[in-house]
Amino acid sequence: MTKTNKPDVKIAVRNLNFFYDNKQALFDNTLDIVANKVTAFIGPSGCGKSTHIRCYNRMFSLYKGHRGEGEILFDGENILDPKVPELQLRHRVGMIFQKPTPFPMTVYDNIAYGLRLHGNYPQSELDDRVEKALRDGALWDEVKDSLRKPGTALSGGQQQRLCIARAIAVQPEVILMDEPCSALDPIATAKIEELIDELKKKFTIVIVTHSMQQAARVSDYTAYFYLGKLIEYDDTQVIFTSPQNQKTEDYITGRFG
Amino acid sequence: MLNSRTFRRQFINRFVLIISTLAALLGIVMLVWILGDVVLRGFGVINWNFFTELPVPPGEEGGGLANAIIGTLVMTIVAALMAVPVGVMAGTYLSEFGKHNLFGRLVRSLSDILVSAPSIVVGVFVYLIMVKTMGHFSGWAGSVSLAILMLPVVIRTTEEMLRLVPGEMRESALALGAPYWNMMMNIVFRAAKNGMATGIMLAVARVAGETAPLLFTAMNSPYWMQSMNEPMANLTVTLFNYAMSPYNDWQELAWGAAFLITVSVLCVNIITRLILSSGRSKP
Repeated sequence: MTKTNKPDVKIAVRNLNFFYDNKQALFDNTLDIVANKVTAFIGPSGCGKSTHIRCYNRMFSLYKGHRGEGEILFDGENILDPKVPELQLRHRVGMIFQKPTPFPMTVYDNIAYGLRLHGNYPQSELDDRVEKALRDGALWDEVKDSLRKPGTALSGGQQQRLCIARAIAVQPEVILMDEPCSALDPIATAKIEELIDELKKKFTIVIVTHSMQQAARVSDYTAYFYLGKLIEYDDTQVIFTSPQNQKTEDYITGRFG
Repeated sequence: MLNSRTFRRQFINRFVLIISTLAALLGIVMLVWILGDVVLRGFGVINWNFFTELPVPPGEEGGGLANAIIGTLVMTIVAALMAVPVGVMAGTYLSEFGKHNLFGRLVRSLSDILVSAPSIVVGVFVYLIMVKTMGHFSGWAGSVSLAILMLPVVIRTTEEMLRLVPGEMRESALALGAPYWNMMMNIVFRAAKNGMATGIMLAVARVAGETAPLLFTAMNSPYWMQSMNEPMANLTVTLFNYAMSPYNDWQELAWGAAFLITVSVLCVNIITRLILSSGRSKP
């Protein structure tokens, strides 16, 4: 199933099976995530794409009875191994959620929260890093005069870019995005997509999306999931123009889904 | 088309509307009556002496309830100091770790039972374990009984307010590499702080007007407070004693006490609502 022949693999997933208690949600997922590219996961609701992405930072470990089996090799290290410390893993793998989740504090503190977790910076350096994160998140020009306002006072699209800035402030290597635009209007969505294009220069990005147009616009590779199985994984171009699998073609062309 | 059936329906509609309006009015009339009576009879009694002087024997001029006001304040504050930390921590346990396990379910249903437990039972209980063993009534015993009454309210509101914080907010913090405790302290408690403050205020308002548990524990005292280790004056038991007394002066003071308690509890409730609505305006 793995069609990627690029050498620079960031995350290598091997035979990933996932269980919610006794119910199996992922079946033998095997794929490679390429460094500094955008990989999109598409598929109908409940197909396991979110479940899959949440394995990359072991978010599932928060909940009892959720467990993953197999291997997720992050730079060669199996992060499903409980010996890999969660806090360090999540430092390296950032995540953006469907609904923007500004913390109940100022714009500045939203960004500084993550920075303070991972380093003891003097005030001036903290200021610099917050500014840089907001610039990288394409939000600086809009909030530079309201850093002391609550993060919740921003618009939905700004809140989501705040969350992205917050995630990149701690300089992760991979950014996971779980339907980051589904709560946003088209203009805010366009801004985020533009930002994703910019971010892939520095980060490896995995994005789950319900919108096939979005996948086609932003991603280099696309994986199609159905009922917990990885049906097809290839260059985005190939998936959308000449999919090899009939199921993928049915989904892409809207005959199903 | 005004046939008999539509007429019947309209009649029933009117009839039920009138009945329910009357029922609503009856409720309001009672409330206004009580409040009005307390204000009319109590407000005149309130003066400077009321807040600064000790009670005097019946027949003498002047006198106030300063000791009872202080006693109620002190016992309520001490009770809050005991109940709030325990309640907040227990509520945190229920919301974060005891959602589905047996111990969590046990604590949850026990505190629900405690919420509806008659306060006099709590009073008798503290009488047995503290007053009986120490050999005398005391302010400490009063505070403990009030704390027991506050505890379940604080536990349950803390739990509910923490649960209202969206899972995605927690996950976002954890996804940044935050340890669980840091996420709780800096994100979740902050997000829930208005609601939790409300729970604490409601708990205070609940016990501020309690008489039965104090009757068995703090009892009452005509003197200034010396320590928490002796019988302690308080507004509610004083109100009870004075209202039952045959002396006009004391009955007057009882109205004053009733007014003060009612207004204080009302204020706490209004402040609570203000906090809640200010919290709601920003999502």
